[in-house]
Amino acid sequence: MSTNQRGVVQQVWDFFCSLKLTIFLLITLAVTSIIGTIIPQYPNIDERYWATISAGRRALYEKLGFFDMYHSWWFLALLALFSINLIACSIKRLPHVFKFVSEPLTVLPETQQKIFMSREIRLQGSLEEAKEKLAAFLSSRVARPTVTQDGNHYHLFSQKNAWCRLGVYVVHFSILVIFAGAIIGNVWGYKAFVAIVEGDKINSVKARNGKDIPLGFEVRCDQFTVSYYDAPGGRGPSQMPKEFKSILTLTENGKEVPDYKHVRLVVNEPLTYKGITFYQSSYGQANDPSTFFFNVRRRADGTVSRIALRPGMETKLPDGRLAAIVDLTEEHGEGLAAVLGVRTAGGEPKFFKVFRNDPNLDDLRGDSLIFSFTGTDARMYTGLQVNKDPGVWVVWTGCIMMCVGLCIAFFMSHKRVWIVVQHGYARIYGNASKNQPAFQMEFEALAEELRQQNI
Amino acid sequence: MLSAKLFNATTIFYMLSTLAFFGYLAGRNKTVGLAGTVLAWGGFAVQTVATGLRWKESYDMGIGHAPLSNLYESVVFFAWSIVLIFGIIDIKYKYRIIGAFVMPFALLAMAWGQLYLPADINPLMPALQSNWLLYHVLTCFLGYAAFAVACGVSIMYLIKAKSEEKGAEAAGGLMSQFPPTKVLDDLNYKAIMVGFPLLTLGIITGAAWANYAWGTYWSWDPKETWSLIVWFVYAAFLHARFTKGWVGKRAAWLSIFGFVATIFCYLGVNLLLSGLHSYGSLS
Repeated sequence: MSTNQRGVVQQVWDFFCSLKLTIFLLITLAVTSIIGTIIPQYPNIDERYWATISAGRRALYEKLGFFDMYHSWWFLALLALFSINLIACSIKRLPHVFKFVSEPLTVLPETQQKIFMSREIRLQGSLEEAKEKLAAFLSSRVARPTVTQDGNHYHLFSQKNAWCRLGVYVVHFSILVIFAGAIIGNVWGYKAFVAIVEGDKINSVKARNGKDIPLGFEVRCDQFTVSYYDAPGGRGPSQMPKEFKSILTLTENGKEVPDYKHVRLVVNEPLTYKGITFYQSSYGQANDPSTFFFNVRRRADGTVSRIALRPGMETKLPDGRLAAIVDLTEEHGEGLAAVLGVRTAGGEPKFFKVFRNDPNLDDLRGDSLIFSFTGTDARMYTGLQVNKDPGVWVVWTGCIMMCVGLCIAFFMSHKRVWIVVQHGYARIYGNASKNQPAFQMEFEALAEELRQQNI
Repeated sequence: MLSAKLFNATTIFYMLSTLAFFGYLAGRNKTVGLAGTVLAWGGFAVQTVATGLRWKESYDMGIGHAPLSNLYESVVFFAWSIVLIFGIIDIKYKYRIIGAFVMPFALLAMAWGQLYLPADINPLMPALQSNWLLYHVLTCFLGYAAFAVACGVSIMYLIKAKSEEKGAEAAGGLMSQFPPTKVLDDLNYKAIMVGFPLLTLGIITGAAWANYAWGTYWSWDPKETWSLIVWFVYAAFLHARFTKGWVGKRAAWLSIFGFVATIFCYLGVNLLLSGLHSYGSLS
């Protein structure tokens, strides 16, 4: 390689190692990330959105990848450049740091003697004796010192927490670990969805890219229920959902999987089997109801009987009257309700409303029969998010590394103490990698203690 | 409810504390400065009791949960965190005047919550029923509070630096109250040094929770993205300190931008953008 070529290579290398590139990338990532929080992103774009922007703008955004910007080539390129910057910085600086830690300055050069904080101490006994005592002092207060003889001087050196200078590299490395975990999850894992109607079972799920993925076992939904918080004042349940619950049973090769029979799945408590995790995600009604169930209680003696009503048919009540369902309403704030018509044979029907969520309200009507709406034959389906992510533990490992690394980098300090011993007096020097004012106080206390020992 | 009355009292404490710090700024009377600190701690103590009571009251209503579940509760907790971080810095570094630039944030948060936001205790929707709620909100808001303190200190830095550029003011002027720029720069760094790991922990607990509730630790939801934007800005700040041409004023501006991004992440995303994190919105 010619000198010129080497110069270019060196320049490229320096570019990738530079902190200015780091700051540029961090700020660019911050600014560009805003785009995806303002422009809707696939797959969550509402069809109505397209009408609000012109075709030209849509084409431009499409071209720039703005509708899926966090996976666009230029955003991924920024992240890749960020990773290269991280790696290059570490390759450049780590050897120095290792050398600094493994080959410490056991003899403090004069140039640094002038910069670091220092105190002078008078010594009494002989040089050898003083050296031994000072070494013992350092051992007890800082760490066992390295002793170097230099003519009629002794250099004593002790250090604490030298490895904490690596903290910042732990943080840098953790970012790469998190990226690696994300890539593993993307390549070898999947995110999918499945809806299971109560009583049915499935053995495959639909991935986000539309592909069917066989699970290798079956999942049956035994039941899905929504429960509600009690309304204030004890008026039955409110409209505020308390729990979405699926009861599932897993079967494999036609046999029920032990410990996975009638297991409950609720939000915030996922279910994992063979590395595949199920999350309660949505629900709905699978079919329109054709039969409606009511409990009818006699006011006189409290006996309850269950009746079923179908549209267009009249059903005989315990007291001989005839009941029919004439309408079904579902309004916000009151939930599902049935409008019933009850008549005596040959008479005109009286209409009233019975609420699904308020079993005691019909009491107020004052009739000899009290109705409560207990349910329908409509089946519910449960919507499950289904994931396989072998990289998630790598991501968590990276996250823990990052937290530990940040604590080391910010809150721990590499402390170094030197004592240069001569006949009659010694000078103590100190230096810390962080928080100088706090170390100054520590150092003063150490020097004062040394002075009082009258070595 | 008693807790509501105590929260009102807290607002008054913070208002008086802010006024005392403004008085200290103008009059340089040490006793007034001390009064500012005492009032801030007084309000803090009252608010701590109020928060505990609100927690208990939610259990009495049969819908017990930590009082960190909606916009009102979070903004009130934000005020509490700001006072806590300011109080610690005051004890450690004894630059009382910082209160004049930090307590207004706490007062603003508290007053907004008390005057404009619905303060009812509501039951938790299924997605929020998790222990992660406590860890996530605690770490995020303590981090935000540290950034609020850093922003206040940065504003002081810019004012002080500007007056120094204009030429040294007569000794005993308003600026003599301010700590030296070197100290302000250092305090800015120290506050962010506390805030950054807390924000990181906040993002991680959020990701862990999202993975638990929805099966995805990162989905580029606006809230997640904005928290990452804030993280990028403060990461840039931390690296700026080792880069020529980025120390001093530029670092102070970065810290202020960081806090603006923080506030947008906290409020802007909930009030202006839609996403998974909608429990914090007004409706």
